[in-house]
Amino acid sequence: MSIPPPGSDSPALELREVAKSFGAVVALSSGSLALRKNSIHALVGENGAGKSTLVKIIAGLYQRDSGDLLLEGDSVDFKSTAESKGAGIAVIYQEPTLFPDLSVTENIFMGRQPTNRFGRIDRKAMRAEAVGLFERLGVRIDPDRPAEGLSIADQQIIEIAKAISLDAKVLVMDEPTAALSGVEVDRLFAVARSLRDEGRALLFISHRFDEVFDLCDTITVMRDGAYISTDPTTAVTVDEIVRRMVGRDVTELFPKQETTIGPTVLEVRGLTQPGVFHDISFDLHSGEILGLAGLVGAGRSEVVRAVFGVDRYQSGSVSIKGRPVPPNSPTAAMNLGIALVPEDRRKQGLVLESSVARNTTMAIRRQLSKLGILTSGAENGSARIWDSRLEVKTNALDTEAGTLSGGNQQKVVLAKWLATNPTVLIIDEPTRGIDVGTKSEVHRLLSELAGQGMAILMISSELPEVLGMADRVLVMREGRITAEIPREDATAESVMFAATHAEEHVS
Amino acid sequence: MSTATLTPRNQDAPKQSSPFVRGLGHFFKARETGILIAVLLVIVVTTVKNPSFVFSSDGWRDLLLTPSILVLVAVGQAIVIITKSVDLSVGSVLGLTAYLTGRLFIDIPGIPMIVVFLAGIVFGGLLGLINGALVAFAKVPAMVITLGTLYAYRGINVVWAGSDRINASDMPKDFLALGTGQFLSIPLLTIIALVVLVAAAWYMKNTRGGREFYAIGSDPAAAGLYGLRVVRRLLIAFVASGALAGLAGVLYAARYGTVNSQAGTGWELDAVGAAVIGGVAIVGGSGTVWGAAIGAVLLLTINRALPILGVPDFWQRAVVGALIIGAIVLDRVLALRQSRKLLESREETK
Repeated sequence: MSIPPPGSDSPALELREVAKSFGAVVALSSGSLALRKNSIHALVGENGAGKSTLVKIIAGLYQRDSGDLLLEGDSVDFKSTAESKGAGIAVIYQEPTLFPDLSVTENIFMGRQPTNRFGRIDRKAMRAEAVGLFERLGVRIDPDRPAEGLSIADQQIIEIAKAISLDAKVLVMDEPTAALSGVEVDRLFAVARSLRDEGRALLFISHRFDEVFDLCDTITVMRDGAYISTDPTTAVTVDEIVRRMVGRDVTELFPKQETTIGPTVLEVRGLTQPGVFHDISFDLHSGEILGLAGLVGAGRSEVVRAVFGVDRYQSGSVSIKGRPVPPNSPTAAMNLGIALVPEDRRKQGLVLESSVARNTTMAIRRQLSKLGILTSGAENGSARIWDSRLEVKTNALDTEAGTLSGGNQQKVVLAKWLATNPTVLIIDEPTRGIDVGTKSEVHRLLSELAGQGMAILMISSELPEVLGMADRVLVMREGRITAEIPREDATAESVMFAATHAEEHVS
Repeated sequence: MSTATLTPRNQDAPKQSSPFVRGLGHFFKARETGILIAVLLVIVVTTVKNPSFVFSSDGWRDLLLTPSILVLVAVGQAIVIITKSVDLSVGSVLGLTAYLTGRLFIDIPGIPMIVVFLAGIVFGGLLGLINGALVAFAKVPAMVITLGTLYAYRGINVVWAGSDRINASDMPKDFLALGTGQFLSIPLLTIIALVVLVAAAWYMKNTRGGREFYAIGSDPAAAGLYGLRVVRRLLIAFVASGALAGLAGVLYAARYGTVNSQAGTGWELDAVGAAVIGGVAIVGGSGTVWGAAIGAVLLLTINRALPILGVPDFWQRAVVGALIIGAIVLDRVLALRQSRKLLESREETK
């Protein structure tokens, strides 16, 4: 479907069955896409569907393992971002990449400033061109101010100005609206449409279906690193697209035990940190697994980090069994029985160079040591208990944690926190980057713990995991809780809808 | 300013100033003006206490001459720091080239001065290239690499020179005259330093290459995404720093006349200190070579002024330390204030 019938114009940019792996992890198995001139093409898919990998291949940041990349019908190989840029492709990343110390004008022209015969940068000409670009885009940005302190929206406008000044034929925008307000989105769309009308090809990646259907003429769906479908937006509905994005069997993998939900253990009220999350309130009961769903960047990790006291918050309160948890103190949170298994276990959860035993007992060093001295006997004794309970597969307790597989590393981190005997376990992306077998073990374990009365708050970007494991699902979008869905009503569609659409209020 | 005819476009711009006055240039200009005022203050106070600090031919000469060589090294250091690296080997590079200078005059009698100068600069540049290559390709922080080459280069110097010493009598009179000579009552060394400073400042401000140093230092990852040639720029920065330290080494030999294996020890710290005091952010991306040069002048002028002002020996180094810490704290405070402004303005637009 992505391959045009012979005789028609060749697309501005086309990818055919492009694949990319990182070690054993297949990020993209078969990505296909055809961008035409005078068109705004949407690319949608769940987190981890391979969209970003595809974009990075187009940008020259990654090199494909196999498949074809065609520019105006000719096969091309981009070995660097400079080559992709030179070929007329501009990529605007979700996080704009500007130089904060330099002026807006310099940011637009860096590396290709207009110069006179002696190599002197013609600042006047450069500035005039920047002013012209902003006029054309209809925005008011001071060309002389430093890029630092600009809103994301203005930063994106600068990225677009850069793309126009390059005379880019293909413009890729990776979730440009994620951080924008309504007015800013309108402005961006007006710009995008005028660029389309100039004959450029645009690729628009977004999770907001209203925007996708409003702006784009064609829509391509990806799932699990592969191409699924391409249709004119007029020929499909939101429901159909969501079904194609999710499209897999949810129930089998996750054997959640039925548990009796106990009394409220953790109470969060009105937690707010400006610019990060707003008015977050929820209860967590003993024996319950509460899923916290949402798109990457919705502020879920930030909320749990604030609850645990790692990050600050401006207002709001957290309490455990009625006892307030003081802000900014992970130690106090630990003493009150909260454990946080972080998202990035290699960086935040493990000391990779230390032994499995030391990592396992890291959080209970104090209790294990006598007179301030921690013997390896005490360490190993405790570690043996926990590591065998979690079935950590390792040759010996003194193996370096960094040498374990991802799944086993996650188990060590879990063991570390379970050793503190927490009442509330917060776990951020419990199975990211773990093979399927270990995944279901982690799930079985979480389910058991909940059965024993532990209260578990689980952040997960994998819909099937949330739907399979959680007794209740909270959905966050752009720093706010947009829905609370009980297990019976939680479907891929309802969760995805709340994660991508503005205010659909809690029932 | 002359560009005030352009209407301010930003609605939240202060009304009284034209766009050119505001923004980045304005901010760092203020930073350098501050250092310059500090230098003048030190000179005035010291001169009041002892008029010969300025108003004697020796006083005037020393005032200009003392910082000249450090200015060269500090300019190179500033370029490297702006690129988000640091070059701790400059003291050793200076020592090695100073010794090389002496050896060239001894081993090749009648060697033209210009050849010696070129040899010093090229040799320093080569040592810089080694630093740059190690940093760029081994992907080890410059702090560690150049700490290593600091010792390595010094070690080579010790092996080469042994307990030998180059004396003034080993070098031609014309060459030594360069070290103390004057033109219109301005020392020649100062003129050389000024010429280099102006050229470097012009390059850093007005050329694509110069601006790329700032871009890389400001956000190396973004520089990669922009398609800038980061490795090449990094190499150039280190070669420039090495070459300037090499030039400084030749001038060091001319100025002091005696060179042993320990020449230039500790200069790397003075150079980094000068850059930091002069407002070159240690995290890269901002500051100017002007600032670093004025920082070098302040550092060495204070060193000479403190004994005159009756500050005990012990405290003199402490004052320099306080200056450096003060400069870094000031940078940090300014940066924090700016990012707080950013957050507030973002909240307002929501």
